[in-house]
Amino acid sequence: MPDDLNWAIGGEAGDGINSTGKIFAQALSRAGRHVFTSKDFASRIRGGYTAYKVRSSVDAVESVVDRLDILIALTQRTVDENLDELHDGSVIIYDGERTMMSDFEAPGEMTGLDVPLKRLAEEAGGAIMRNIVALGAACEVTGFDIAFLDESLEKRFGGKGQAIVDNNKEAARLGAEYVREEMVVETDYDVDTTDNDLVLLNGDEAIGMGALAAGCRFYAGYPITPATDVMEYLKGRIEDYGGIVVQAEDELSAVNMALGAARAGARSMTATSGPGIDLMTETFGLVATSETPLVICNVMRSGPSTGMPTKQEQGDLEAMLYGGHGEVPRFVLAPTTISECFHKTVEAFNLAEKYQLPVYLTADLALAVTEQTFEPEEFDMDDVEIDRGKVVDEESIEEWTDEKGQFRPHAVTDDGISPRALPGTTDGAHMSTGLEHDELGRRTEEQEMRVQQVDKRDRKVETAVEREDWSCREFGDPDADTLVVSWGSNEGAMRDAIELLAAGGIDVRFLSVPYVFPRPDMTDEVEAAEDVIVVECNATGQFADLVEHDALTRVERINKYNGVRFKADELAEEVKAVLGEPADAEVEAR
Amino acid sequence: MSSDIRFTDFKSDEQPTWCPGCGDFGTMNGMMKALAQTGNDPDDTFVVAGIGCSGKIGTYMHSYALHGVHGRALPVGTGVKIANPELEVMVAGGDGDGYSIGAGHFVHAVRRNVDMTYVVMDNRIYGLTKGQFSPTSREDFETSTSPDGTNQQPVNPLALALAAGGTFIAQSFSSDSQRHTEIVQEAIEHDGFGFVNVYSPVGDEEFDHDRTDYDAAKDLIMDRDKEYQGVIYQDENSIGFETREGVTEPMTDIPDGAPDDAMDLVREFY
Repeated sequence: MPDDLNWAIGGEAGDGINSTGKIFAQALSRAGRHVFTSKDFASRIRGGYTAYKVRSSVDAVESVVDRLDILIALTQRTVDENLDELHDGSVIIYDGERTMMSDFEAPGEMTGLDVPLKRLAEEAGGAIMRNIVALGAACEVTGFDIAFLDESLEKRFGGKGQAIVDNNKEAARLGAEYVREEMVVETDYDVDTTDNDLVLLNGDEAIGMGALAAGCRFYAGYPITPATDVMEYLKGRIEDYGGIVVQAEDELSAVNMALGAARAGARSMTATSGPGIDLMTETFGLVATSETPLVICNVMRSGPSTGMPTKQEQGDLEAMLYGGHGEVPRFVLAPTTISECFHKTVEAFNLAEKYQLPVYLTADLALAVTEQTFEPEEFDMDDVEIDRGKVVDEESIEEWTDEKGQFRPHAVTDDGISPRALPGTTDGAHMSTGLEHDELGRRTEEQEMRVQQVDKRDRKVETAVEREDWSCREFGDPDADTLVVSWGSNEGAMRDAIELLAAGGIDVRFLSVPYVFPRPDMTDEVEAAEDVIVVECNATGQFADLVEHDALTRVERINKYNGVRFKADELAEEVKAVLGEPADAEVEAR
Repeated sequence: MSSDIRFTDFKSDEQPTWCPGCGDFGTMNGMMKALAQTGNDPDDTFVVAGIGCSGKIGTYMHSYALHGVHGRALPVGTGVKIANPELEVMVAGGDGDGYSIGAGHFVHAVRRNVDMTYVVMDNRIYGLTKGQFSPTSREDFETSTSPDGTNQQPVNPLALALAAGGTFIAQSFSSDSQRHTEIVQEAIEHDGFGFVNVYSPVGDEEFDHDRTDYDAAKDLIMDRDKEYQGVIYQDENSIGFETREGVTEPMTDIPDGAPDDAMDLVREFY
């Protein structure tokens, strides 16, 4: 018996799949079980296949696998879409009274449980609760204590009144009873519980929480999948700290509002995805050359153009590194896990203000909309440090004025960092501009000053490389001949793949890179390895190109760009293929 | 804010490069006088300027300022004011910046009604690029890019503002510096988005209607034959967006670490 349970609910978009899945994930979390979720979904509000998948274990889980044990199928397509993951021991819960499922038969040796979801829901108070009936049935099948589901239902529906909560609990109970009395199901799932208090959140929420912890007070944005959750998280919370969420008319406006707030002295942020990044690129150079601290969060989705809005991709790396005309420094941070989304957000705000430049904080769809459980200590607020950089006050400003008493916001300094006077500071009034400027911020085309200002801005990067920690996260066997490198959200799947590979006798060293620019120098690690493989969710290997550039060595590439994140077992097989090792199936066939 | 501020305190030591006789001189002087007369100080004032001849205003004035990208001055001003409501925010632009590339932002800034002042130097021609037609050029206006006229209707910015729910809609003539200054001063004092279209050539006349009379304002604005000077419409009950959103304090001060109750944010996810 595997030590994890893989469960899913699937149907049409608009069937309430997402909220039902979250309720079950929450119930497992309440039971002290770790949860990692994933979603297959279409962008239409209604119409199109969608599914919410939960992997759960008493141990931490941070990837999805190609195995589905319990499936609540509201449609035939849900089963068809998941045939590869279903196995002989799988249980499929469906409603045979639903017209489109009346002829359904579970494939192969799988167990089909025909539960009248709608009829039982109506008994409990309304057809809308049919998914909750299915959750009750799933509890019974797996032997999972329905009391945890009750807790989750209270959290989800508590705000809507006790009657709604009670109806939902009743619906769940009817589902469980129906299975208990009408069906004979033999499963060996043992859903152990623990006393652990766990929290369940997704990457967008972790970014939003990080922003609040870091003192972000101004957020301007325009709704876009899959970044909207950041905005929706902040709305209703940021106000408690004296801040605001402004929904702008477009991304051009959003980034300019955020820029204005940053110039006014607030910690300021916007979040968007590819199409919005394209628009914001117009203002990016201004942010950078006016030396304004701004956090721009890019939750990547599949491009180009409108692309596949609800699908995974890491295709914007070069757009963030090189986007915009002219040359100007920027930092690019790429958290590798959901909890790191929180920590890197805090770091992004500090870096933006210390070095007075725009910081791209990039997550991707796989991190953003995936829920995962953590020990609450992972988000220890006592560890949050705030560094606002070289902000001058009415006394210290004197060190930074010219002979006429005028403040020098772009003073040429050894470390490249100039003083910053927030508006309202006496004697600090100054101009900022997208034009090349002198130390006072006045436009100039004078050759020497131009060179000094360009060098000064670039020097901030050198300073940051010296002063900050840009290291990798390292896993696996440090002495292994095979080095795998990845950036962003692939860390979880790759860590699980390491275990699978090790079990088959293949040791790998794994560097997970959370910093795209500045980034760690991996030359020594690359040179020490026999095989170097760069794993990323794009077609051209944008990060692999960087590794080759930095280390002056060719690397192998594993790329995925079909819109779906890497799975651990799939990734293990891919690594084996690159190394010329036989695949699992071939081993078995011998 | 000290009371001994003179309008020359808002002048920088840069010499304007505008063409002799340009309406921008009068427009900027009026802005500086209005700022001084409303008790503002350069250190508590934020000027946002767009691109074009008008965009140079931030350079020739002395205050906190941002000279931004083309057409996006209003969103910048919006962010500045909301993040620090104690600042006096004045946005300056031209007809190209405000009504062409920035027209979308103009409509939304009007309806959002953030408490700031927007002064547009509307000379109905592109000056910086030397003489092409602008969005407010008349249909028969012949320029290097419209040798046979523009063959399109001009934008009526006052009508756009009225239709978008503007709470302070005014027009001044840059040649009439005293009236222009008074009108900008009223726009500054208005609680909400104070919009002043500064018509650069000489216009027609004053008018005499109750400024809170919406229908009278509409008739006047839709009159294409004349250019009027004065506050054409004002909603005297206007409340700025940031006030309605409950923003009262500058967002600039934050604690040295996470907020005291920040672990509650984590506990929400139990």
